[in-house]
Amino acid sequence: MSALLEVSGVSVSFDGFRAINNLSFSIGPAELRAIIGPNGAGKTTFMDIVTGKTKPDAGKVLWGETSVSLLSMSEAQIARTGVGRKFQRPTVFEDQSVTENLIMALKANRSPWAVLGWRAKAADLDRVRALAEEVGLADALPRKAGELSHGQKQWLEIGMLLAQEPRLLLVDEPAAGMTLAEREHTTRLLVDLAKTRAVVVVEHDMEFVRRLNCRVTVLHEGSVLAEGSLDHVTANPEVIDVYLGRG
Amino acid sequence: MTRTFLAKSPSVLIFLLILALFTLGVTLLSEAYGVAFLSTSFIKTLGKTLCLCLAALAMDLIWGYAGILSLGHMAFFAIGGYMVGMWLMYARTEEIVVAALSNETLPATAEEIRNGIAGQIFGVVGASELPPIWIFAHSLPLQLMLVVVLPGLIALVFGWLAFRSRVTGVYLSILTQAMTLALALYLFQNDSGLRGNNGLSGLQNLPGLADVSQDNLSVWFFWASALALGLGYLLVAWIVSGKFGSVIRAIRDDEARVRFLGYSVEGYKLFVFTLTVIIAAIAGALYYPQAGIINPAELAPIASIYLAVWVAIGGRGRLYGAVIGAALVSLLSSWFTGGRAPSINLGIYTINWVDWWLVLLGISFVLVTLFAPKGIGGLFDLAQGLRRPDRKGAPLGPDDGALMEKEARE
Repeated sequence: MSALLEVSGVSVSFDGFRAINNLSFSIGPAELRAIIGPNGAGKTTFMDIVTGKTKPDAGKVLWGETSVSLLSMSEAQIARTGVGRKFQRPTVFEDQSVTENLIMALKANRSPWAVLGWRAKAADLDRVRALAEEVGLADALPRKAGELSHGQKQWLEIGMLLAQEPRLLLVDEPAAGMTLAEREHTTRLLVDLAKTRAVVVVEHDMEFVRRLNCRVTVLHEGSVLAEGSLDHVTANPEVIDVYLGRG
Repeated sequence: MTRTFLAKSPSVLIFLLILALFTLGVTLLSEAYGVAFLSTSFIKTLGKTLCLCLAALAMDLIWGYAGILSLGHMAFFAIGGYMVGMWLMYARTEEIVVAALSNETLPATAEEIRNGIAGQIFGVVGASELPPIWIFAHSLPLQLMLVVVLPGLIALVFGWLAFRSRVTGVYLSILTQAMTLALALYLFQNDSGLRGNNGLSGLQNLPGLADVSQDNLSVWFFWASALALGLGYLLVAWIVSGKFGSVIRAIRDDEARVRFLGYSVEGYKLFVFTLTVIIAAIAGALYYPQAGIINPAELAPIASIYLAVWVAIGGRGRLYGAVIGAALVSLLSSWFTGGRAPSINLGIYTINWVDWWLVLLGISFVLVTLFAPKGIGGLFDLAQGLRRPDRKGAPLGPDDGALMEKEARE
């Protein structure tokens, strides 16, 4: 199976501190993967590298069938090639309506000239309505995103991610601040999404990871400590030592 | 498409209607075409004010919508003025020189005419040859093209360097101020080719229209300024009404997030910067023929800061706010500094408004920023009863939609 994203031998240090140390990771085109690890294990830095926010000191990040390097691309180019990212804290554009937020995220030409002349067609509005339906915000379309509750903002952000139609989704702690029912909804959505694309979930909550029922990668001090099913990694004595043992 | 755009933005129609009525009113009160209630110099002031409103519109687009506090737009306003001024001065001097040489027995050669013009224009700075930057000055179309092309090119290069290096916020403001100061200092030099601190003068006289009185010319320029403002307003309103407006407001609020959506933030900033610079340059090209004179003092850094103050007082992030702010403050400013405002005698001290106007302006700016961040434009919200819903607690972010403390805890 050819990988969609292949990260190999990546290292990065900040002021002498090695945040990522010879990390290798790969994920297929339709796979759900959970990344767990204690604080400071490098989970967020890993995502920063893949999305182009941080440039690594060494290593390779290859993407897609043609194995193009993501390292020479800007954040915007990486996002356009199909990497979507959901932040831990919901970041939506609060001064704008839910519709405007979703329209901005819709997959379309992103160049200034194209956007200048862009006007919503019926198909686009239908797509926006369908997305809002999917994330339970159908009634909130004309409202300003800033008026939404915390949970609704999370959903709006997920809706925006879906609108982007990414091939790889990086999701940072999606269940944080969600009610039990919302968590279940999120689980179902993520499992569903992973049937057609790659999804990487960074999560602290073991219960949530168990529910995702997927391969798990354990990060520790910037490199992969263990990989396999949740039961497999939780049985690993090293993992218990650095991570689970402390809980 | 246009119909839905206008239907969705009634404020644009109202604005255009008011502008049209205002133009008609001023025409009917002018000396040339009406009852001569308004003096020609006042019509020029009004025409100039409309040009300043157009520049404020550009400032609102880049600052109020895209969140880039550029403090250099008035430099481009002045460059636009210089570009049109070069033709005005050249063509006008040519007329004078040709008339003077026609008394000679032999017909004047092209060489003699050119030398005559150069001597007339540059005698004042001790030069007798036209500098290379005047090569297009004989042609109105070329010089008009330069009004757009030269500021546009400077903006492209400057913006590309600044935005590519991700200079943002106050650092960018300082950079634009530095650029403005550098341009002004350069133009102050006699050998910069634009007559140093003498600047260009006599711009109110249109070549070939010597028979038309200033009474008529002032109204013509007033019409042109009103038309430019109307078209500029339509253009900017159209830009901000669509997805482009959405994206630039998003850049203002959280540019990192916009990057992760796949938009090239730098490209958008460069686009908006260049576009607004061109609008400002066009406004300047209409302004200076009405002012009659332009010199490097017009590029002083303070001019661009005034522009920001007008937009802040008028209400940034809404186009009519910028126009109201620019019109109100610049007209008040010329009233106070023109010595027409009555001094206030306090017995021990007389408040002379020529000296105190800046203090008053400064205080109003601080008060507006503190107590009415939406500026004068915010009054329209009050009139419409669009007060913000009571969301309890203080905002956690700088923007209208920011999470409120209490909501964050929920």
